[in-house]
Amino acid sequence: MSVIATTPKFKENVHAALIDARLQGALSFSRNFTNRRAAAAERLPEFEALRDSARAIKDHTLAHLDLYLDAYEQKVRESGGQIHYAEDAEEARRIIIDLCKSFGAKSVTKGKSMIAEEIGLNDALEAAGMEPVETDLGEYIIQLRHEAPSHIIAPAIHVTKKDVEEEFRKAHRDLPANRDLSQPEQLLAEARAILRAKFLAADVGITGANFLIAETGTSIIVTNEGNGDLTQILPKAHIVIASIEKIVPTLEDAAQLLRVLARSATGQDASVYTTLSTGPRRPDDPDGPSAYHVVILDNGRSNMLGGEFEDMLRCIRCGACMNHCPVYQAVGGHAYGWVYPGPMGAVLTPSLIGVAEGGQLPNASTFCGRCEQVCPVRIPLPKLMRHWREREFERRLSPAPLRYGLAFWAFFARRPALYRFATSIAARSLNLLGRGKGRLSWAPLAGGWTDYRDLAAPQGRTFQSQWRAKSGAVK
Amino acid sequence: MNARDAIFANIRRSLGVKGDEAPRRFEVEARLAKAPPGVVPNRGQGDVEARLATFKAEAERAQATVEVVESLNDAPEAVARFLRDNNCPATLRMGADARLAAMAWGATALEILHGASDGHDLNATAFAFAGIAETGTLALVSGPDNPTTLNFLPDNEIVILKKDEIVADYESVFAKMRGAYGKGGTPRTLNFVTGPSRSADIEQTLLLGAHGPRRLHIVIVG
Amino acid sequence: MNETPAADGDMKETRPKVGLFVTCLVDIMRPTIGFAAVKLLEDAGCRVVVPSQTCCGQPAYNSGDRQTTKDLAKQAIDAFEDCDYVVVPSGSCGGMLATHYPELFNGEPEMAGKAERFAEKTHELVSFLTDVLGVDKVNARYSGVVGYHDSCAGLRELGVKKQPRRLLASVEGLELVELPEAETCCGFGGLFAAKYGELSNAIVSRKAADIGAAKVDTVLAGDLGCLLNMAGKLQREGSPIKARHVAEVLAGMGDLPAIGESQPERTR
Repeated sequence: MSVIATTPKFKENVHAALIDARLQGALSFSRNFTNRRAAAAERLPEFEALRDSARAIKDHTLAHLDLYLDAYEQKVRESGGQIHYAEDAEEARRIIIDLCKSFGAKSVTKGKSMIAEEIGLNDALEAAGMEPVETDLGEYIIQLRHEAPSHIIAPAIHVTKKDVEEEFRKAHRDLPANRDLSQPEQLLAEARAILRAKFLAADVGITGANFLIAETGTSIIVTNEGNGDLTQILPKAHIVIASIEKIVPTLEDAAQLLRVLARSATGQDASVYTTLSTGPRRPDDPDGPSAYHVVILDNGRSNMLGGEFEDMLRCIRCGACMNHCPVYQAVGGHAYGWVYPGPMGAVLTPSLIGVAEGGQLPNASTFCGRCEQVCPVRIPLPKLMRHWREREFERRLSPAPLRYGLAFWAFFARRPALYRFATSIAARSLNLLGRGKGRLSWAPLAGGWTDYRDLAAPQGRTFQSQWRAKSGAVK
Repeated sequence: MNARDAIFANIRRSLGVKGDEAPRRFEVEARLAKAPPGVVPNRGQGDVEARLATFKAEAERAQATVEVVESLNDAPEAVARFLRDNNCPATLRMGADARLAAMAWGATALEILHGASDGHDLNATAFAFAGIAETGTLALVSGPDNPTTLNFLPDNEIVILKKDEIVADYESVFAKMRGAYGKGGTPRTLNFVTGPSRSADIEQTLLLGAHGPRRLHIVIVG
Repeated sequence: MNETPAADGDMKETRPKVGLFVTCLVDIMRPTIGFAAVKLLEDAGCRVVVPSQTCCGQPAYNSGDRQTTKDLAKQAIDAFEDCDYVVVPSGSCGGMLATHYPELFNGEPEMAGKAERFAEKTHELVSFLTDVLGVDKVNARYSGVVGYHDSCAGLRELGVKKQPRRLLASVEGLELVELPEAETCCGFGGLFAAKYGELSNAIVSRKAADIGAAKVDTVLAGDLGCLLNMAGKLQREGSPIKARHVAEVLAGMGDLPAIGESQPERTR
């Protein structure tokens, strides 16, 4: 992995996020996504049926992934495209850098791609003497800030307009100091002008792919801005970087997934631009790239097939799970410490970087279940997070105080008579500690709770002891 | 072992297959050949007039503007009027589409330019391959008739769409495309366009004209 | 509700035999919830028994300790063997028993079968009253403006949403208002609240703000974990808003000291 994960420092990241007033202000915007998704789902009677259909298509494809990948490859070649395979991030970077060099690339425009983030592509391009230019407005903004995206759909959701103005003034050298950039429209106009020049000057355009269609050898990108399109049709070469599970069988299957993608992500019935690209320009095309290359990345995904975490490969990167997650809403995406935030990040990250590095994330969940409730392809995210916790427990990676605490609890819970005795004592002692106030502001071993909240004192006698006293019988 | 072989081997090992099993191959070939449709929403269905009404409503929801004219010969004046009404200069780039060529552009004061765009055009027009009622979406295909760059570089795009080429759903466009390009064939680029370019990346404020056209005007003919 | 004769052999006993799974939190922290549940069940015509019991195993389950969870599950299943129903005043423990127990024993057909039958007869308290016993009103008074928090497991695992609201609508003097973000997690999550205290605090602070914005004087829920969390935050912030379990209000025990308020030495 070239992209260093700060995931083990999750608690410190959380703290930093919670005291960051600008971030907290910006995060309040993420609550809008939930209303919009609900409205879009409400407006389409077939929405639930589409979710089931989307799920079934993904499951079917994953079960036959080798065959569909092979079919896809053949169609790419037939249409004049070239396909490359990369087992890991390093190999993918090397292939892309070599391709860019072969085109004499100085400037490379990029459409938004989480896979490109995963492999640390921008740093590698810069190290090779090329200039990568993010063209998605949000990605462009965070590129100027030398930050990673904090959300897979709205990468700059954590940035305020004041932040954006600061960055533009620093980076755009021809920008007059007296130009008013206080409003989003003005910032957009500035970005449009700057990036228009970059689009036209680029030697190579790199995009991800929302889906790859086996039937036709087609890559699909979905944007609202049109930046992906300008990235892929203007330069002389277009490189698509996509992971193996992006394959879907047919055009009709893609339509099923597209119908739930935009609605789940932003509440739109359709994104502004859904583009199907197949191969380089045809003989009579007056525009389009002369070269079309697809880089297929594994990076740990083939290991997930047939295993406990296979369902995670259904993910279509809509972002609904993180939009609805109380943890994400509290701290934003950077706290997760790696490429993928929110519930999908909590499940995928340990799969890709290992549970020793990534294990904090599946632990930092209340299992409220809202993610699973809104996932368009019905991934059982809490269940998968629990599986990670089981793996950690088996490998004794969970913190010792927790293991001992649970063992202590289990010792009593396995022995009903002893449990009743011990809980009676605990109820009585904590009740006395409450000293008639009815609540405690401190209790032993309960710092994580009482640092922030009062703890109600027990009423004094356990239910079971009172019940037995009343009924007089011993069961 | 090269990367491709290693990846395929790992996929097969994880799935517990060798890759040559006949039932799996048959299932995959059958699905690729038949391309069964899944759940098709009711929203775009109906006769020509119903599809027109749905298309217009959905396109307007996505901030496109829509007008209906009676015949192809009314289109040039509709385009000219749109540009005047929005204080746009009287220039217009288009591709080699014969249907566009047959229109009476000379009756307008528009300066017509032909070919792909190099980024210096403010206005362009294209003839749609189809319209999709379900989401108010235009389907546009690449080629000399309607170069793809016309859909993205200019500030304003006006798309001409025949009323009877408004289909109900995406599946219908795929059927039409297969008819034109063969089974398993596609144009180099098929654009589905729903409204003008937009972004909400700055404090979730919705803004039009992020990189693509600020305005999308649809002239429906028929 | 006279149903099949009870399994203990008394041929005159036709009331359903309901085993109360009281839950650790209720058992230790607030037994009045258990007594409220008993009253509601008996008023609805059930015979209530309380087999010797400990924990449903959820803390172990959510910490990844499957073995302990299975041991505790077997214990619970056996303890409630001869009950017609198992009723739980908690969506969280109820969800554990009714939706997670069967999948614990994947690959062990005999135990899985027992767990399935156990799960089928297990219900959260309020939804048991309305959906199984057909109760649509209670005889209780409560003077106050009340907001109901939808605890996550009860809502998403067991479908508890309309039932408490239906019964609360019948409580005389009670004005029910919908809390903003009623379905949003309160940040308890069991051990999560202690393991990730700062994060849990951020979430419960938001919940407390949402409750405050609704201008209620009481917040109710069907889960003591959520209630302890919300009450603890509200009180630490000096809010006068009281937290109670919905069963207590429905059973006419709404005049008890609220959660975190001074308790009498002995309850009745």
